Amino acid sequence: MSELTGLYALWYRELKVFSREPSRIVSSLIQPLMWLLIYGTGLGSIVSVSSTGTSYQSFIFPGILAMTVLFGSLFFGLYVILDKRVDFLKEVLVAPLNRSTIFFGKVLGGSTDGLIQIVLLMILGALFFGIPLSFYSVFMSFLIVILLLVSITSLGLTIGAIMESPEGFGLITSFVIFPLFFLSGALFPVDKLPAWLHVFVVINPVSYAVDGLRTVILGISGFGLALDFMVLIVFAVVMVLIGTAAFKRMKI
Amino acid sequence: MENIKPIIETKNLTKRFDKLIAVNNLNISIHEGEIFGLLGPNGAGKTTTLSMLATLLPPSEGSAFVHGFDVEKEPSKVRHSIGFVFQDPSSDDLLTGRENLYLHALMYGVEMHDINQKMDDVLKLVDLTDRQNERMKRYSGGMRRRLELARGLLHEPKILFLDEPTLGLDPQSREHIWSYIKKLSTERKVTIILTTHYMEEADQLCDRLAIIDHGKIVALDTPAKLKKSLGGDVVTLRTKDPDLVAVKKLHYVLDLKQEGDQVMLTVDNAGTHLQEILKKIGNVESVESRSPTLNDVFLHFTGREIRDHGSEGGTFERMITSRRK
Repeated sequence: MSELTGLYALWYRELKVFSREPSRIVSSLIQPLMWLLIYGTGLGSIVSVSSTGTSYQSFIFPGILAMTVLFGSLFFGLYVILDKRVDFLKEVLVAPLNRSTIFFGKVLGGSTDGLIQIVLLMILGALFFGIPLSFYSVFMSFLIVILLLVSITSLGLTIGAIMESPEGFGLITSFVIFPLFFLSGALFPVDKLPAWLHVFVVINPVSYAVDGLRTVILGISGFGLALDFMVLIVFAVVMVLIGTAAFKRMKI
Repeated sequence: MENIKPIIETKNLTKRFDKLIAVNNLNISIHEGEIFGLLGPNGAGKTTTLSMLATLLPPSEGSAFVHGFDVEKEPSKVRHSIGFVFQDPSSDDLLTGRENLYLHALMYGVEMHDINQKMDDVLKLVDLTDRQNERMKRYSGGMRRRLELARGLLHEPKILFLDEPTLGLDPQSREHIWSYIKKLSTERKVTIILTTHYMEEADQLCDRLAIIDHGKIVALDTPAKLKKSLGGDVVTLRTKDPDLVAVKKLHYVLDLKQEGDQVMLTVDNAGTHLQEILKKIGNVESVESRSPTLNDVFLHFTGREIRDHGSEGGTFERMITSRRK
């Protein structure tokens, strides 16, 4: 019981902090909107994905959702390092809670933050970018997004638990976020890629989130929804297990 | 008090970081209800000791029992029995004081129907009732520390750890915090263990005091007894060409140190003997006689000064400050 209230406490903290910083919410939306508006319109004027029966802008919309999750959640996890620098993390760690509870609280908090951003983006997408949304597509998108949020937040927390200082943040962006993003098919159809590049897309779990979102929102499927869900569930479970272990071993 | 089982007991508690021995075979027993101080310079191993007692760091060797529980075998029970106020800020700036308390209460499993009452009580105890709904961003350093003190008490721990409770506060806030700590001790009957490198703080607050240097206890007693252990008053004379041989022969001069034109004597009952000393020593420019302070005690046991206010800024002090973040 006390573990559950502890979990609630950690979640409550993340939500309060998130809601107290409206600038953070706004800035988290600016980047995806710029991709859609500038990159989507710009590149959309010269490339055509007409074989898929949709505009380029709509085509990258699911990819931009995945990107928002990727950037937001990974950095959310990495910020544990900053908590280490002050004694805030100690206050949580000295509480009579299991390390795994603390980890789940963080994942839950980070995922909720991310889901709020996705909801806002989907509303903006439907209003201004002509993204077709139905009850089915929204519901399924949430399932996919939640799996991805849990995985990527766990990944961020794992790296954050291991890293000692925030100086390596730039490296993480270059070596984790960008490859996962660019090799996910977020910005282009992957079926015409050369084989060597296609391999990376296939082994990148984020590809399956992009594919799943594209399937449920636009009806354009690559791997098939069943495989998408399977990969994402396995990815989430593995990342949570690794993250829990990393948190248990974390030294401060 | 000796018959009562100690509430905290360590046996040869040791912590190594690679080659550095931060805490070296520490043996202490702390009694229920007392304010126990760990006094020493930065890097002496005080915070490491607290961290081990609070189960944040595993000991390298030896054992420690807190409220009867082994810190290694039953960390969760230990953590239920203690409250901890950290050296660095540990509350959330974007949340209000009350929200920070609420979070703490939830994490420590305080009964839901008790939470509001308990928050009101501790807020009142540290006089923050008026400011409870302000974001902590707007709190001063002293207020923040008070709130963190209150938070440490919220789950009614038997033992409260305070790591440098007044570090970085101005003298006025410092005295405020002292009065709150005394209040907690008397009103709540909590056992308090605090670390400090302020002599005055140790003197004012602590029932008993361990002077710790390089991870070892060099002296442990009540502040009064520690000061008395020097055996007399401290007399400082400024003089050219003193006749030290004659002074040394006086039976009530217990110790003598000379530094340039300054002579420091430890004198049994200086009041009655000062006249005689002045006669023997020759031409004296100035004289100062005072009862020993903890600073003298520290100097006596470690051979150096701890310099908390440090106007001179010796090498040692610079070493301390450079270690601070």
